Amino acid sequence: MSLRDRLTSGSFAVTAEISPPRGASTDPIAATAALLRDWVDAVNVTDNQGSNVRLASWAGSLAALHAGLEPVMQMTCRDRNRIALQSDLLGASALGIRNILVMTGDHPKFGDHPEAKPVFDLDSVQLLWTLRHMRDQGAVLSGRALKPPPDCFLGAVENPSAPPAEFRADRLGKKIDAGAQFVQTQFVFDVAAFARWMSRVRDLGLHQRCYILAGVGAVRSRNALDFMRDKVPGVHVPDDVYRRLRAVPADQTAAEGARLAAETVQQLSAIDGVAGVHLLVAGNEQAVPGILDEAGVRAVRDGG
Amino acid sequence: MTTRPPVPAHPRLGTRLAYRLQRVLRPRPGLRWLGARIEASGLARPLFTTTERLTKETLFGCRMCGQCALPVTGYVCPMGCPKELRNGPCGGVGADGGCEVYPQMRCVWVEAYERAASQGRAADLRLLHLPIDHRRWGESSWLNYWQGRDEALWIREAGDTGDDRHVPHHQPALGGS
Repeated sequence: MSLRDRLTSGSFAVTAEISPPRGASTDPIAATAALLRDWVDAVNVTDNQGSNVRLASWAGSLAALHAGLEPVMQMTCRDRNRIALQSDLLGASALGIRNILVMTGDHPKFGDHPEAKPVFDLDSVQLLWTLRHMRDQGAVLSGRALKPPPDCFLGAVENPSAPPAEFRADRLGKKIDAGAQFVQTQFVFDVAAFARWMSRVRDLGLHQRCYILAGVGAVRSRNALDFMRDKVPGVHVPDDVYRRLRAVPADQTAAEGARLAAETVQQLSAIDGVAGVHLLVAGNEQAVPGILDEAGVRAVRDGG
Repeated sequence: MTTRPPVPAHPRLGTRLAYRLQRVLRPRPGLRWLGARIEASGLARPLFTTTERLTKETLFGCRMCGQCALPVTGYVCPMGCPKELRNGPCGGVGADGGCEVYPQMRCVWVEAYERAASQGRAADLRLLHLPIDHRRWGESSWLNYWQGRDEALWIREAGDTGDDRHVPHHQPALGGS
């Protein structure tokens, strides 16, 4: 069942994120796909995540597709102008990659080429609008016709916990207006804050116009916890979560992190309007079966 | 024409005063006539553009994109965002409202939201800004504005009305009505 069909059917969807390798081989993606295939509906393939050079998102997506796992191709506005971005959508669609996740992208400052020119010709809302225009109007921005137009299922990202909190649901509304059909959120560690955002989302009726997948991360070490809290832009790790993960011996941080992730999945799945979860586990994909098993998501999906 | 990289700027003009001045500047036959005369003159046009640049650079940190969004962003320039986002903040805003790239500076969109909301204009931030025309960097946006060349900069998307068409939106916020 495709991600789109899963969401349309109303049953709980699960996606996970993987990073393509830093190297000219797609073998690691095939291995990860074999691990995740029976557990998730689709896998996000990041686009030079954190502004670090990796194998291209379209190539990684194609490798996942060949390995029998549906890809969600991530596309950032950081490295390509409107010509390249439109061209990439055509290429992806032609190769059978249907799910496209649009985001602004981290600034080059944070990656391994801080001296690079930041492109940002379009922003994420404009890119969604552009891709929808290509699909629905069958033309590129210049007006030239596409034969045939691309077929795509468009996704966006949102960070419910970042300021200005009052505007975050409206911003999702803008992305939906522009073309977003599903959204995957940034890490949710603060479930109460996420629930407040969802309440505003429901007030605006956005959950009826767009499938919402809540982002869940699994912390696997104390270093990763500190990095997440202090270095990852826009991620808010509340003090009680931080204390809980620091309270266990260092060699049990990964187990406790997975347990916390499983609990978070359960809590999020109970919130009205949440269509699924997105597991932000790039580099830690082996934790996925355990988290979903403990959260009882398999049972939910088998029953649903 | 400026080539400096985008850095968040804090506007030096109070929000209420900025909206009042906007009413003075809004297009009308007299200003359109004046704009056309300035545009036709090889001397007046660069002088006028330089005056606009100096004024807006001082007040708003303007970088002369030539397609001014200030009237619908609480008079905080979105082109000062290091990612030049015209449709609202990225997901990297710090918990204190700091910019992802320059944490000691406030995110321009956090400030834009606060300023617009303080005047009952938060709805302005829901407008969908279309991709800009990069050929227009360095042009006078006041002249462009008076001549009606800015009218397609943003649209109110269909979601507001349940209508599935793009409805061109002609500077809703500018009349002050």
